[in-house]
Amino acid sequence: MSERLGVRKTYKLYIGGAFPRSESGRSYEVSTVDGRFLANAAQASRKDVRDAVVAARKAQPGWAKATAYNRGQVLYRVAEMLEGRRDQFVAELGDSGAADPESEVDGAIDRWVWYAGWADKVTAVLGAVNPVAGPYFDFSLPEPTGVVGVIAPQRSALLGLVSVVAPVIATGNTCVVVAATDRPLPAITLAEVLATSDLPGGVVNLLTGSAAELAPWLAAHADVNALDLAGVEPEAAVDLERAAAQTVKRVLPAPAAEPDWTADPGTSRLSRFLELKTVWHPMGV
Amino acid sequence: MADWEYAPAPESRAIGRLRESYGMFVDGEFSGGDGGTLKTVNPADEEVLAEVAVAGEADVDRAVAAARRAYETTWGPMPGRDRAKYLFRIARIVQERSRELAVLETLDNGKPIKESRDVDVPLAAAHFFYHAGWADKLAYAIPGRPDPRPLGVAGQVIPWNFPLLMAAWKLAPALAAGNTVVLKPAETTPLTALVLAEICQQADLPPGVVNVLPGAGATGAALVRHPGIDKVAFTGSTEVGREIQRTLAGTGKRLTLELGGKAANVIFDDAPLDQAVEGIVNGIFFNQGHVCCAGSRLLVQESVYDEVIAKLQRRLGTLRMGDPLDKNTDLGAINSAEQLARVRELSDIGEAEGAHRWSPACPIPERGYWFPPTVFTDVTQSSRIARDEVFGPVLAVLTFRTPAEAVEKANNTPYGLSAGVWTEKGSRILWMSRQLRAGVVWSNTFNKFDPTSPFGGYKESGFGREGGRQGLEAYLDV
Repeated sequence: MSERLGVRKTYKLYIGGAFPRSESGRSYEVSTVDGRFLANAAQASRKDVRDAVVAARKAQPGWAKATAYNRGQVLYRVAEMLEGRRDQFVAELGDSGAADPESEVDGAIDRWVWYAGWADKVTAVLGAVNPVAGPYFDFSLPEPTGVVGVIAPQRSALLGLVSVVAPVIATGNTCVVVAATDRPLPAITLAEVLATSDLPGGVVNLLTGSAAELAPWLAAHADVNALDLAGVEPEAAVDLERAAAQTVKRVLPAPAAEPDWTADPGTSRLSRFLELKTVWHPMGV
Repeated sequence: MADWEYAPAPESRAIGRLRESYGMFVDGEFSGGDGGTLKTVNPADEEVLAEVAVAGEADVDRAVAAARRAYETTWGPMPGRDRAKYLFRIARIVQERSRELAVLETLDNGKPIKESRDVDVPLAAAHFFYHAGWADKLAYAIPGRPDPRPLGVAGQVIPWNFPLLMAAWKLAPALAAGNTVVLKPAETTPLTALVLAEICQQADLPPGVVNVLPGAGATGAALVRHPGIDKVAFTGSTEVGREIQRTLAGTGKRLTLELGGKAANVIFDDAPLDQAVEGIVNGIFFNQGHVCCAGSRLLVQESVYDEVIAKLQRRLGTLRMGDPLDKNTDLGAINSAEQLARVRELSDIGEAEGAHRWSPACPIPERGYWFPPTVFTDVTQSSRIARDEVFGPVLAVLTFRTPAEAVEKANNTPYGLSAGVWTEKGSRILWMSRQLRAGVVWSNTFNKFDPTSPFGGYKESGFGREGGRQGLEAYLDV
């Protein structure tokens, strides 16, 4: 009996809830660390970046308007879907050279659960009622910054990716993510998880290709409000930060080296992509 | 129009204790600077008030070194409760010398004495008093961060519109969090910051904790790019803010920016119109419109447009422009010849672009920098006066029909510092305040400030907050 010939997957981009190829028609070869061919991934272009930003902007008001309870449930649903695909991710992470694929998948699932629980607590923890010296009711509450451009970590293809995407969307931002250049396949499989988790299309948009080629377009895009440079080398970050200054983007700088994503995430990534709004109203009869 | 005669009620200039010359303040002492001197001018009569030392690059080096030394040897290791007591002392001395500070501020800036006396100086004292209490309670400031650390030496650059108040906004949280500071006041308004330095001396603040370097853009640029600085805080134009963000790119230094604005003040047809008109006047003519959060775009619902404009024009006819030291003065002088030129230029452009220009009959003093309260109607969204920050007493009026249109127009700007909403309907206020992309929303009020209340912008109006628990985060390593 001959062995059954497998059906391979075409790895494409994830924009606005759909899986298009790059408009440029380009692809690039992705291999295991020891050189075994894995796939021809889509190599996104400047135009794909723009399309992704349009999709993210379109999705942002609706996602921000969803109740925090609803956003929390959607993020939890992502954890559920990821759990169900555990074996697939373990295999893909093994191919991408992860040291301990099983615990990385565990960590990624748990990270979604952590941020799912934050969605309806951020306002109470970071907001305030302010005792101003006068007859006014005065309160401050965090709101999402808007559209965030994320350059995903280059080594940790799943846990690192989840650790930067989940805090951005938990609070109502939408994002355009450039996946790890050499390890893009778990990101696209994660997009399949997102697409089946009740996450509205456009909330997360995932591009594969050369981060070095795509990041400058994202950094300079006038309709992007913030940047996370998690996956950028510090030397390359200088020009990106400079470009970001043109529209006063909020920038989470590039780390000196890729952090240990298994550490306690805290709230610093959550609060980085929030704006604080203060509202005054007189009190009287 | 009622012609209200008032007897002159000038505050005494002598109370300001103006001196012929002022030094810069480094390491606890006043001295000359290696950048020469500048003459600061009273914008109300163009008389030179005083000669002020200008800090050059070597002075910036010296000040940063002094701040570093103080951070490492005195201020950094000091228990929070002692830092608190120093800040309480400063708050008290500001209160004790409030009349002097108010007069000096009015002389140097041109703002009416009733504003410096009732707003700038009391709020400056309040900022020190509020932040003093945080110095030994930082463990409670940032959720999940029981042991936040200061950043080190902060370089701070402030504008000329609220010279003392901006110094207080910058110094108080930085010092409470345990940082030391090098502060550059604006070129045209250095005097009250230097008196504040003297107040630090009177409070026995250890040398080097606060350093004040007068100067123009070059001094600020030298400070901002200095390698010995750990944190930069800037309040001023979006153009300069961008440049600072570019300068700091890749350095990993912490930055907070409080930049320009083009706030919409939205009047619904059910608003209490007389109160709303007071709010419109306060929104754009407070401090001659030299306010980054000024309500410079008035959005009026069409059904009450004629009524609002009539009431507004009648009210503007009663505003008194003139001697800033006179306690009856509502509208003072434009801060500098340069700013006056910009206000004139943008107003001329407004007219050229087809908007209708109106000012009340208003005698303009012969000397000094003056611009009458000005209202533009028939303004299109694309007009420069509806898009650019004029930073003067110039109001652009637009109309809307539905709440959705009001939101759309209000948010149609790259800025996002503040906004105003006037309506009697509570649910609409809460809905509007959620829709408006701005850091501060004043509903049925405008231009209110308090140290407990975080202030700062969305979008190109900058990032970071000043005031409140959240404002401390700008000066803590979290």
